[in-house]
Amino acid sequence: MMLKIENLHASIEDKKILRGVNLEVNAGEVHAIMGPNGSGKSTLASVLIGREGYDVSGSVRYQGQDLLALSPEDRAAAGVFLAFQHPVEIPGVGNLYFMRTALNSLRRQRGQEELDAVDFLALAQERMKLVEMDQTFMSRSVNEGFSGGEKKRNEILQMAILEPRLAILDETDSGLDIDALRVVANGVNALRSEGRAMLVITHHQRLLDYIVPDRVHVMAAGRIVRPGNKDLAVELEENGYNGLGQQDSAGRMPVGATR
Amino acid sequence: MTIATAARGVLSKLETCRGDRNDGHDRDPAWLADARLAALAWVGEHGFPTRKDEDWKYTGLDPILAVPFEAAAAGTGRWVSAEMIDTAAVDLGGPRLVFVNGHFAAELSRLTGLPAGAEVTNLAAVLAARPQRLEPFFSHTPGEHHAFAAFNDVLAEDGAFIHLTPGTSVDEPIQLVFFSDTGGFPLMSSPRSVIVAEAGSRATIVETYAGTFGDVYCTNAVTEAVLGDDAQIEHYKVQDEPLTAFHLALLDVRQGRNSRFSSRSVMLGSSIARHEVRVLLEDVGAEVSLDGVYLPQGDQLHDNTIFVDHAATGCTSHQLYKGVLDGGGHGVFNGHIMVRPGADGTDANQKNKNLILSDRAEVDTRPRLEIYTDDVKCTHGAAVGQLDEEALLYLRARAIPLEAARGLLIYAFVHEMVDRIELEPLRAQLETLVAGRFTHGDDQVKP
Ligand SMILES: Nc1ncnc2c1ncn2[C@@H]1O[C@H](COP(=O)(O)OP(=O)(O)O)[C@@H](O)[C@H]1O
Ligand SMILES: [Mg+2]
Repeated sequence: MMLKIENLHASIEDKKILRGVNLEVNAGEVHAIMGPNGSGKSTLASVLIGREGYDVSGSVRYQGQDLLALSPEDRAAAGVFLAFQHPVEIPGVGNLYFMRTALNSLRRQRGQEELDAVDFLALAQERMKLVEMDQTFMSRSVNEGFSGGEKKRNEILQMAILEPRLAILDETDSGLDIDALRVVANGVNALRSEGRAMLVITHHQRLLDYIVPDRVHVMAAGRIVRPGNKDLAVELEENGYNGLGQQDSAGRMPVGATR
Repeated sequence: MTIATAARGVLSKLETCRGDRNDGHDRDPAWLADARLAALAWVGEHGFPTRKDEDWKYTGLDPILAVPFEAAAAGTGRWVSAEMIDTAAVDLGGPRLVFVNGHFAAELSRLTGLPAGAEVTNLAAVLAARPQRLEPFFSHTPGEHHAFAAFNDVLAEDGAFIHLTPGTSVDEPIQLVFFSDTGGFPLMSSPRSVIVAEAGSRATIVETYAGTFGDVYCTNAVTEAVLGDDAQIEHYKVQDEPLTAFHLALLDVRQGRNSRFSSRSVMLGSSIARHEVRVLLEDVGAEVSLDGVYLPQGDQLHDNTIFVDHAATGCTSHQLYKGVLDGGGHGVFNGHIMVRPGADGTDANQKNKNLILSDRAEVDTRPRLEIYTDDVKCTHGAAVGQLDEEALLYLRARAIPLEAARGLLIYAFVHEMVDRIELEPLRAQLETLVAGRFTHGDDQVKP
């Protein structure tokens, strides 16, 4: 098993955000997590990559290791990757340099030989084709002045370069027009493989027309309230998320399921 | 030791110095002897600056005044080698004047490759042969506004002398290396450099200050630059003195019509360092651009005090100073812009940005604008921030270890300043020095 999450809780300053998440993902599978805004999807992703500031309890096993015990960089080196919902801009750090540093850090921590600038450029150019990204983005600062869609492509490019084992895509479809969505989805599909698992977070069924998941989960009020297959996504698109929050003991059901 | 007793101590040292037949002062022409005495009297009357003085509010001098410094005499530090100089200041290939403890070291210097209209020599040589040429500078007394500048008036014997006749253009950078090696005695060196760039002349001048690790000394340097109409001077300063040293410096600039002066300063070393720049924009259309980066850590104090005086119409001034404060480091940005009555069409801007890396670090940023005319465009801004946590997480989520991620972000903050350095070997050296400061033997923070 690639990932096994059991009874995961997370809170910030006494505000409970995750309230007992259970999830199992096998290598080679693509799982979608859907759910209304504010249901805790991004928080789950944050906890999985090791963002600080949460009180966390429960267990997360990743390839047999205790994931929660590792630092963010060690998780990344172990193959966990998050395509951020809101990628940060980093003025002054060149995109190409950043990605080479990232890949070489990962390789170093795995005891592999580092790539020099020339070899890395060749690799980056090849992977850029996958997301139809222009070379000019590589000489700019990381995400600085990128449009929403360009930032998302840049995330997928990093995924293509770093070749993670567990990729979490947080709302990678939001802010994309239909052409950009197709490009990003093609990039993601090209990276589907036997040894890789993906967790695709979205609140639009639309993305799942392009990235067809093996399983679909619905998250509401900090829990996975309904596991299902890909038909669940269609059902949700038609009926919205209403009626899925019954298990919320506090009786609060986030509204605004569709945007 | 109180400031008063320290002042008396230094003053009595001066008196003995003046009685010493070997120190060069006995050769002073009458006007210079008078100027030195006047400066001495000024110090006697005004004493040392204290924190009550507006320009010294954040910079206490007690640690400097507590040390019984002696004026560095010529001929000290003879064992300083060419290798030591090359390590301290990367050889830029052009003319290079080396000063050891403030005195010219001919055997370490190189004065070839200069065009006919450029005179590049040392101040002591000019003082010996044609002292009257220096009169306009010493009687200008930049020292009048504080004791250390006055001390330089009193004690200065040597430094660089650069004179460019009208239209002369020096392509190679002129490098000035001030190296200190005290042999165990706390020394005060007082280099005085003079740059005269007549109409339409052009040159790049690089000053580097460094010294032997562990030596206790105080550099008290004054550089004066006078630019004629349309002259262009690019000035660089690297302050990389050891942590046991003190560094006080004044760069005093006067600019003629449509002249352009730029200064880029990188502060790395010293226990207490102050880099003061005073620019008088004297005639129409003069332009000045001042950049600085200061990186105090440990117990270091780095003070940038700037005074830009817009005294003519249509002049432009830019300032960009960036500080990274680590450990118990203390940074000061004290930038004063004066726009005189009638200086219409002034365009002045000033920016100061600081990155604080530790709870114990401190920065005092004080922009001051004094504007006495309406037709001006003045902007200023100061910012103090910490490393962007979101950016740190992003880098770590890409497998970049915490220390390297911090180094990368810090380097990204200052690299804009290093990037502005157009002299390639100097830029490369500073990149290494600056990057090396924020990593622990890791070579991977140079974008
Ligand atoms: N740093 C935080 N501090 C306080 N509340 C937070 C924080 N991050 C998220 N939340 C809250 O947790 C809930 C879940 O947020 P999030 O995980 O971003 O949801 P989703 O990604 O499903 O839209 C929301 O109510 C949000 O306001
Ligand atoms: Mg979210």
